[in-house]
Amino acid sequence: MESVGVLMPVPMSPYLEQELERRFNLLKLWTAPEKAEFLKAHSGAIRAVIGNAGNGADVGLIEALPELEIIASFSVGIDKVDLDMCREKGIRVTNTPDVLTDDVADLAIGLALAVLRRLCEADGYVRSGGWKNGDYKLTTKFTGKTVGIIGLGRIGKAVAKRAEAFSCPIAYYSRTEKPDLQYKYYPSVVELASNCDILVVVCPLTQETRHIINREVIDALGPMGILINIGRGPHVDESELVSALLEGRLGGAGLDVYENEPDVPGQLFQLENVVLLPHVGSDTVETDTAMADLVIGNLEAHFLNKPLLTPVV
Amino acid sequence: MAQDNDNHTESQLPQVLVLRQPGCWTMLESNYSHKFNFLKAWDSPLPQDQFLAGHAGSVQALLSSSIGPPITANILGMLPSLKVIVTTSAGLDHVDLPKCRERGVVVASAPKVHTHDVADLAVGLFLDVMRKISAGDRYVRDRLWASRGEFSLVSKIGGKRVGIVGLGNIGLEVAKKLEAFGCSILYNSRKEKPFVPYPFYSNICELALNSDALIICCALTAETHHLINNKVLLALGRDGIIVNVGRGAIIDEKEMVQCLVKGEIGGAGLDVFENEPQVPKELFPLDNVVLSPHNGPCTPEYFMDLCELVAGNLAAFFSNRPLLSPALDN
Repeated sequence: MESVGVLMPVPMSPYLEQELERRFNLLKLWTAPEKAEFLKAHSGAIRAVIGNAGNGADVGLIEALPELEIIASFSVGIDKVDLDMCREKGIRVTNTPDVLTDDVADLAIGLALAVLRRLCEADGYVRSGGWKNGDYKLTTKFTGKTVGIIGLGRIGKAVAKRAEAFSCPIAYYSRTEKPDLQYKYYPSVVELASNCDILVVVCPLTQETRHIINREVIDALGPMGILINIGRGPHVDESELVSALLEGRLGGAGLDVYENEPDVPGQLFQLENVVLLPHVGSDTVETDTAMADLVIGNLEAHFLNKPLLTPVV
Repeated sequence: MAQDNDNHTESQLPQVLVLRQPGCWTMLESNYSHKFNFLKAWDSPLPQDQFLAGHAGSVQALLSSSIGPPITANILGMLPSLKVIVTTSAGLDHVDLPKCRERGVVVASAPKVHTHDVADLAVGLFLDVMRKISAGDRYVRDRLWASRGEFSLVSKIGGKRVGIVGLGNIGLEVAKKLEAFGCSILYNSRKEKPFVPYPFYSNICELALNSDALIICCALTAETHHLINNKVLLALGRDGIIVNVGRGAIIDEKEMVQCLVKGEIGGAGLDVFENEPQVPKELFPLDNVVLSPHNGPCTPEYFMDLCELVAGNLAAFFSNRPLLSPALDN
């Protein structure tokens, strides 16, 4: 398979790169001075593209690569891949579900605790010498707060399981109700937001879920409510979120994703009720390895004409 | 009628001596001043000893907290009528218990009010250190994500072995919460607990050797002072992390700082220190350390529950009923 051209758009994981280089002809787009020319020069050889949260394959890329057979994404979310076009052209698409579920769910709870208990802010208070001048202020209890989850898939369920250990009642919104679960279902996001203390966004990003957190939802969550986004930046109307936080209409936010990564709205930096992370949801050594192995496994299966491990299309 | 500190005004309310304001003071005073006559030593222009000599001769009840002056034999000696001490903490290391026993002074503590808040903080600090949440937040706010790119990889929480030191109310709650993250729990305690599913280690070094993280949830006593010493820290190892929500002096702080600076342990989440509010400044540049200003029990809900318990204990004493939460050492 050494002659199979595999395109990687940006650096993602040294381990993944190394394993791809051992098996395929890895073409690193970010090293090219002129990207369009690079693609043209290699278009005959490229049979696979590696995607990730920020890079998929849109119409433009798919049309530039006539030999493209498979897009293997180093992520579980594949909102940047034009799935309809892939289906139309018979291009296979794979992602990395399950292996990152725990890490992302762990981070959701970590963010909630960090926001409610002001962990980052209090850490800064100590480091700057503030504690010598007086005790830090009261923060907010996490145990027992109602957690509302948008999207009760693998990650959503894992978030629920962890929150339940803190005696948090669980409520959710999903495309369809899941009667076998004991959690309270709300048929709209606004109703869910009105009835929970901590709202966690963890559904796939699609046309329907873009800006699913809008002004109405934010106002329903309210000045005591906390938003946790571990999904995709475009799930949230970011400018509405920023003004709600600045005006005190929303109690706080824990964000791992943004509409325009790595740009983060600077007005958030002055706020102590916000915790900002640089898209680290699945960034653990173990999961990085497991995700890379899954990408490699899917590619090998495809080029050996075996069933794909985790196909989406 | 204003009540001045010379206390000429006759009050029918039972007297309760308070040497220094506890953390819950504002709430306590506003909700219970109609039930108790609080004798506020800190409000007096007189130095404490003189105040006690002049005004506390008939005081039967003392309200104390872990941030107030320690209740030493000396102070007890100035309170000849003292019968009960109600403390706002679960910890009793600030009270001379043997002297109290000798004098027949009973003590009430506040053991369970803050269990969830302290356990939540222990888990929060653990998650923060493991997943570098505070460090990541600084990375974004310092605008390094755009310039330097991806933040570092950390190690997964699921499957980590967490050694809990002290399996009391807080330790058990921490165990239950961390199990939901896929952690395996082991513990060290004064005695093995019969109905607990976790492996018991009577030797703290053995516990450290078999743990990826240690979470300190025990009380500070003569036995637990500097329990976590250099030997234990080295057994915990380069990738091991330590979280302390007990008392600073349970850990040999100087040794721990050296281990962190030299990379002999992997990180720390600390809510308590040997000499609060002093925090060793060698810790400030470290990204694998999360510092918290003794915030364990610091939510409004906790303070409301605490005031209710403190007032309940005082009311029980003054009406000759059993204390709600007598300290086990009574």
